[in-house]
Amino acid sequence: MNEKNGITVKDKKSWFRRNGPVLSTTGPISVWMLVFVLIPMLYIIFISFMTRDVYGGIVYDFTLDNYKEIIQPLYLKVIWKSLKLAFITTVICLLLGYPLAYYIAGKPSKTAAKLIMLVMIPYWTNSLVRLYSVNLLGATNGPINNILMDIGLISEPLDMLYSDGIVVIGLLTAMLPFSVLPLYASIEKLDKSLLEASRDLGARPHITFLKVTIPLTMPGIVGCVLLVFIPSLGMYYVPEALGGGKVMLIGSLVRNQFLVTKNWPFGASLAILLVLMTLAMVWIYTRVSKMDDLEVF
Amino acid sequence: MTDVIVELEKVNKYFGQNHVIKDFDLRIIEGEFLTLLGPSGCGKTTILRMIAGLEDATSGTIKIQDERVEDKEAYERDVNTVFQSYALFPHMTTYENIAYGLNVKKIPKQEIKERVREMLEMVQLMGYEGRKPDMMSGGQKQRVAIARALINKPKVLLLDEPLGALDLKLRKQMQIELKRLQKKLNITFVYVTHDQEEALTMSDRIAVMQEGVVEQLGTPDEIYKYPGTKFVAGFIGESNIFEGEIISAKNGILKVAGSSGEKMTLLGSGFDEGEPIQVCVRPEAAAYSKEPKDGFSLKGTVRNIIFVGSQYRTLILLENGQEVKINRGRKDRDIKEGDVVYIYWEDEDGFGIRKKGQETQK
Repeated sequence: MNEKNGITVKDKKSWFRRNGPVLSTTGPISVWMLVFVLIPMLYIIFISFMTRDVYGGIVYDFTLDNYKEIIQPLYLKVIWKSLKLAFITTVICLLLGYPLAYYIAGKPSKTAAKLIMLVMIPYWTNSLVRLYSVNLLGATNGPINNILMDIGLISEPLDMLYSDGIVVIGLLTAMLPFSVLPLYASIEKLDKSLLEASRDLGARPHITFLKVTIPLTMPGIVGCVLLVFIPSLGMYYVPEALGGGKVMLIGSLVRNQFLVTKNWPFGASLAILLVLMTLAMVWIYTRVSKMDDLEVF
Repeated sequence: MTDVIVELEKVNKYFGQNHVIKDFDLRIIEGEFLTLLGPSGCGKTTILRMIAGLEDATSGTIKIQDERVEDKEAYERDVNTVFQSYALFPHMTTYENIAYGLNVKKIPKQEIKERVREMLEMVQLMGYEGRKPDMMSGGQKQRVAIARALINKPKVLLLDEPLGALDLKLRKQMQIELKRLQKKLNITFVYVTHDQEEALTMSDRIAVMQEGVVEQLGTPDEIYKYPGTKFVAGFIGESNIFEGEIISAKNGILKVAGSSGEKMTLLGSGFDEGEPIQVCVRPEAAAYSKEPKDGFSLKGTVRNIIFVGSQYRTLILLENGQEVKINRGRKDRDIKEGDVVYIYWEDEDGFGIRKKGQETQK
């Protein structure tokens, strides 16, 4: 395209002819992504380098202070805790989701479809309703405490609410369906004759699991980790609803900066940090697992 | 000399209500190449899987070297399988695939290295150590699968239609190679196939199976020349089968009258006069002429003479409506479609099958 003079009318016509079909199919979504993802994103990046005025407005003075502020121990602690809870949630999702997905994959396809449906149903119910029901369950005079006290396991009600534990449970109720789906997809594809071959070659069941099943279902495991860890990291309404503001995670922090403290530039810098952490995760996983095609996406 | 290495006794297998293996008895002799031959669904693969331990018998005993193995898991049995679809581990290289069995047995690394190298040499795959299965052709994958099984020095190698996915030329080549390998290593091979030609080419003995039982067990020669049942006669090669009744049995020569009185003769002993019999003759052993031959009165009309490459195949319609296939090396100039001819054969080319019972004549 260096020789601009060389482009004739005919060239332009053929350009449209060549790209017409592509444009007509990918055009609308491209415009959508541009208007509602790329531009807001660029705007967030932009204001993360700006200064906040006393009334919560934005002053267009370039500064790096918003990023320097993150390095305060207070915020680092929040980031660390977010990472920790997201990690715990992911591990539990894998530990619960893998056996379940394995079980479902072993069923005939009709039964499997029904079971997958059962897994998905909670996801279709309103997430706030679900969260408040978790809240009710864990309340001081809620059913869990009542039962435990009735059978004499505890003498005083446990203080479950507003703890890390209940936030993890809340994250689990939101994320578990997503962990089962990619795991199921890859376990279902696993060629059962490979497991037989391993058995035939003298491998005990646990060896077969470690050497054949796990490596071959790695796309599902990676998919599960990506689908659970990343949303858990940024999800703010779960700690809001269950942590009662006591359990502060990075998502809530961003929200507070935008909506409560009205410090948009600092909120923006935290949001950018979250995006960078997410990108880093994706990058690490694609590197580590050396997978050209993540089949879950 | 003839040590039994695998013994199946009164083995039954049900899949739900399906009785797929029925009181199955088989003794496999050490060092032999035994083929389980039969149409799909006859239970041959199930037998193989039960020997491997991948499938449990519903009842009966299975012994490997005089040791009962019903309660032994597949990973505890000294047999290995070459699977129909190869079942190579796609995430492992050729080297890792072949070394798998030794690795799980915790054999020292140095020894594994040497034995894998030996195997690669044997199956002519030197230089392919680092390739993954999806970068290899069907024939190469097949060799890896064989090497992966053989490296464990199994007492018996079980092969489940291993050549099914290969093209004809490669299949022929692999047949010869497999046979050579088996002779060289002197390992017992139990081979499952539905391809009768493959079975005849490679086997020391063939067990022809149908609906969960062995119809006939014998050398390829025996099975081809003297099929014991109508099923075997029809499944191994082609046969013309005539229903009839023995009218005389003297000096080992049987005279038979067909259902509408046609005369034919064949060699056979142990048959009684008046006994019903099925007379089989191979298409390449039968002949026809314009004049009736001594002892034969099978009259028919030539319907078709088809050139099939190496032979001319003549279809003759008998008066009772039966169609007879006869293969000739050359075309008879004086016989045309529509001519009336008489079918005959040399006495020793016909063979009789009892209507009931399993014995062969001769």
